[in-house]
Amino acid sequence: MSEYSNDTTAEKPLILDVRDLSVSYGKVEALHGLALKIRAGEIVTVIGPNGAGKTTLLSALMGLLPARGEIVYLGQRQGSDRQVEQLVRQGMTLVPEKRELFGEMSVEDNLLLGAFDRYRSGKRDHADTMAEVFDIFPRLRERRRQLAGTLSGGERQMLAMGRALMARPKLLMLDEPSLGLAPLIIREIFRIVGELKKTGVSILLVEQNARAALQIADYGYVLETGEVSLEGPSEALSSDPRVIESYLGLGGRH
Amino acid sequence: MSASPRLQLSPAWVKALPLIGIALLAVAPLLLPEFTVTLLNYIGLYAIVAMGLVLLTGVGGLTSFGQAAFVGLGAYTTATLTTTYGVSPWLTLLVGLALTALVALALGFITLRLSGHYLPLGTIAWGISLYYLFGNVEFLGGHTGISGIPTLGVFGFELHSGREFFYLIWLAVLGVVVLTRNLLDSRSGRAIRALKGGSLMAEAMGVNTPRAKIVIFTVAALYACLSGWLYAHLQRFVNPTPFSLTQGIEYLFMAVIGGVAHVWGALLGAGLITILKQWLQDWLPQLLGQSGNFEIIFFGLMMIFILHRSRDGLWPILLRFVPQAPAAQRVTTVGQPLARRPVVERGQELLSVREATKRFGGLVANNQMSLDVRAGEVVALIGPNGAGKSTLFNGISGVDPLTSGEITFRGERVERLPSREIARRGMSRTFQHVRLLSGMSVLDNVAIGAHLRGDRGYLPAALHLERDEEARLLTEAAYQIERCGLAEHLNDAAGSLPLGKQRIVEIARALAADPCLLLLDEPAAGLRYFEKQALAELLRRLRDEGIGVLLVEHDMDFVMGLADRVVVMEFGEKLAEGLPEDVQRNPAVLEAYLGGVE
Amino acid sequence: MDLQIALLLGQDGITNGAIYALLSLALVLVFTVTRVIFIPQGEFVAFGALTLASLQTGVLPGTLWLLIGLGAVAGLIDTVFALRDRQLQRIPRILGINLALPLALAGLLANIPLSSLGLPIQVLLTLAVVVPLGPLIYRLVFQPIAEASVLVLLIVAVSVHVTLTGLGLFFFGAEGSRTPSFTDASFEIGDAMIQGQTLLVVAASLTLIVALYLFFERTLWGKALRATAMNRTGARLMGISATMAGKLSFSVAALIGAFSGILISPITTIYYDSGFLIGLKGFVGAIVGGLGSYPLAAAGAVMVGLLESYSSFWASAFKEVIVFTLIIPVLVWRSLTTRHTEEEE
Repeated sequence: MSEYSNDTTAEKPLILDVRDLSVSYGKVEALHGLALKIRAGEIVTVIGPNGAGKTTLLSALMGLLPARGEIVYLGQRQGSDRQVEQLVRQGMTLVPEKRELFGEMSVEDNLLLGAFDRYRSGKRDHADTMAEVFDIFPRLRERRRQLAGTLSGGERQMLAMGRALMARPKLLMLDEPSLGLAPLIIREIFRIVGELKKTGVSILLVEQNARAALQIADYGYVLETGEVSLEGPSEALSSDPRVIESYLGLGGRH
Repeated sequence: MSASPRLQLSPAWVKALPLIGIALLAVAPLLLPEFTVTLLNYIGLYAIVAMGLVLLTGVGGLTSFGQAAFVGLGAYTTATLTTTYGVSPWLTLLVGLALTALVALALGFITLRLSGHYLPLGTIAWGISLYYLFGNVEFLGGHTGISGIPTLGVFGFELHSGREFFYLIWLAVLGVVVLTRNLLDSRSGRAIRALKGGSLMAEAMGVNTPRAKIVIFTVAALYACLSGWLYAHLQRFVNPTPFSLTQGIEYLFMAVIGGVAHVWGALLGAGLITILKQWLQDWLPQLLGQSGNFEIIFFGLMMIFILHRSRDGLWPILLRFVPQAPAAQRVTTVGQPLARRPVVERGQELLSVREATKRFGGLVANNQMSLDVRAGEVVALIGPNGAGKSTLFNGISGVDPLTSGEITFRGERVERLPSREIARRGMSRTFQHVRLLSGMSVLDNVAIGAHLRGDRGYLPAALHLERDEEARLLTEAAYQIERCGLAEHLNDAAGSLPLGKQRIVEIARALAADPCLLLLDEPAAGLRYFEKQALAELLRRLRDEGIGVLLVEHDMDFVMGLADRVVVMEFGEKLAEGLPEDVQRNPAVLEAYLGGVE
Repeated sequence: MDLQIALLLGQDGITNGAIYALLSLALVLVFTVTRVIFIPQGEFVAFGALTLASLQTGVLPGTLWLLIGLGAVAGLIDTVFALRDRQLQRIPRILGINLALPLALAGLLANIPLSSLGLPIQVLLTLAVVVPLGPLIYRLVFQPIAEASVLVLLIVAVSVHVTLTGLGLFFFGAEGSRTPSFTDASFEIGDAMIQGQTLLVVAASLTLIVALYLFFERTLWGKALRATAMNRTGARLMGISATMAGKLSFSVAALIGAFSGILISPITTIYYDSGFLIGLKGFVGAIVGGLGSYPLAAAGAVMVGLLESYSSFWASAFKEVIVFTLIIPVLVWRSLTTRHTEEEE
């Protein structure tokens, strides 16, 4: 399907390998036969207009929605009965579109809960992890005692990402981190996402904001009405005029 | 109802069933032993109360544990008035009904305004309150109760025995069944059923939902009161015990186990529980070696099982043995179609939104948004996720009013009106998340849209005195369904359609209101290519008829090919406005969608 | 009424109010975490009191058989699921918790001189029998329908209530029990006589409230429960499963219920069905707090206790009428202050 060669990344081990993934709501297929690969340490972005099925994709991967097809995560084929909780334990985290913070708890408690599963399985390194998260998001350190519900939009996104990082994930999935944020803050968030790459975490970045996403990603997929219409290395995609068409349509094509 | 069991009745038998039932009822007291007649009497009394719960819980989605208290109200009213004041029992029935209606209206007015679970909690509380009141008020006889209640006389014939009383009770049961079925099969019935789909949709279709709720709450209470009145004159003695909360809970159990969404389910549940109770009360104490009301353990477990496995109760399971009757021909062509709104001249302004602002706490979802829609034009509202399009829709249609700003619809300011008033003025909408009543037919769903084009109320509906108007409403609904290309699905359950077609049903429902402005929230989502083509064709035709269309849509090919004008939103504000081809080339729009180029 | 009677009634009211407050906290907890309106809370009160009374007379309580029965059913179901999912390694743990532990407890109770044990030991044994019923009921009754609407969950909760009441009658008979006072001490402050039992109940309630506060504020498990109450999806994404949170909240509610029963049983005679009204009074408190606020719920519950106590003086026959009619003005107030909005994305 790919029209661009991508053998430069072929050596790195696969973190996630999705084949023929379909998701239905009742009788309507929201995703059909989707294939997607993420390799270790990569940022892969899925872009596309709203309604294309991007959030559905992440929900299915995270076990929040039932899906058909093959999902291989960390070399293990996932059963159809997989639970969110198991995936969290295996190092998969999702920063959802709505952030889903614990609004009436402090920033610190929100972060602490990010490490809940590690704590439960006996790993007591949350203090160190929190220090690292605060280094990545100094703003959160300033606001550590503040209630999450009182944060600004950008800070909420930072907290949601910080909370996910508290689980020391192997795969971090971000759903529209730029949603509803002002351009300056979007730039800041994307800069941080780009830097997270250095920590070795693999990132699946779902975005509507295609240009910003392609700037930091290694590889991109364009999702249109539930199907991948285009994929390739980000540099190639960012200059492809068909990306724009997929967003704004071609007047009078029909 | 996937695989139908082998054992099935033939259609001829099914048709004959009601007649056979009535014939059996007529001869039952003559043939059956005293004990069985008594049991049937109780089943009838309980079924009347459970029927009220079918209306309230199964159809309207409201739950009450306190029906026993209304039964008590009916029983105690007649007991006191007939014994102490010697009032005629037939007069006390009216007094009891009036008193019950008064209490139900007062309680309903308070509790029905609250969200879902407060009503049942409230019913538990006043269920207990009234029970203790019955037991502690001296002139109601305290815990010993009131005895010596007179018998009932019908045309000079005194009903002394249970066998004689049987006919009165079962006549009442049949009466209640007929009234309930009539009510549900009407414009008002659709309004009641719409409650379950959420008051948001019902209100947007013009249904006065608080009124609908209070009506069914009162009707259910009146049924209970009737049952209490019959009970008092059958027993000729009352004490507080049968009106306790426990009995109230049992009434709900009857309705749920029988099938709370079906009129016959109430009868089935009342019968089953009453017979089982009789049997268990004989049998369990022997088994357990103790005496006590142990049957309640069994009923509790049965309820848990039913709610785990078959939430619709036993009636639908029983129905599987009956062949599906071919859908009755409910639509007939009648002489006079419904009156239509005067057509607005093309090009004339329909809707004008000025500086609309909506805040949710600190978040500004719409900021100083302005737009216009004229008659006979399609305006598309587009923008990235979270731009505030649906919020603006909700503001315009009155579903979730604006914080500030002006909305003028056909020359009238409407921003402070509730959604049903805006609907009345000719604005009709669809929802992004389809809000249909999935168990109801497409025809009934669409007919909800025509709610405001009829005016016959609850009482004519219960007596079926509104058949002419009903036929006209259904004809109109059928016409809109056909117009939207769904004629073949007329009698299908709306929930059985694919989501794309459900969206079209929503459009048909909106059209049934005879609107001059249509608000469509993502009408093309989930449609296949040729279905989109058909939808675009339909919208063009509507536009040519002079209807204004405002739509939110993500499918840009669809939007750009259809819209006369496009309004682009970002961050709750208007980013651009213009002809489709201009908007597509607008750098600001490109940036909003694709992000900035650094 | 003179001052002395007023103080005496106040004392009664506060004692009962403290217990209603505990119950109201449990109800708020269970509702916010699982959306279940926990009507059977009162049965835990009755089971706590009557189990203790059984133990004190040296009889094995019927609740023990219930524990073994529910454990067996839950163990069986979970084993079948584990076999189906080919997760054989989970089976020993499932059988250990659901079958072996209750049986071991039964073995222990059958072999020790129950009536001659010290009160603290009897209390602990009572809790060991009654508290596990909470998570077992969650597992068997509510977990399979965790996604159902609040109304369905409420009807199921009412069904559990009537089932447990019927079982209570079977286990403990129609006769009530009253356990001996924990203490006979009394203190005189000015004109008023304060009973040691009152102080004990209030102190124990306060201790439990403080312990709950610390649990929710200071422990990760407590925070996880609060997180689930605030945002179910968010909590799941942190690996906090709804099932775990449900079982934990039912355990806490069962503990509070049984403990309340133990506290109240020296004050009033408890019958198999007494718990319901006691639990509902906790409810009136919880509704004052809109089923969401802990402090308001507790304050409301204490108010219910006082109202009940004073109304029993003036209009003893109408005590329950007054308390449960109180809910109507509370509901009016709620309907005026909360704007009912439907979830719309």
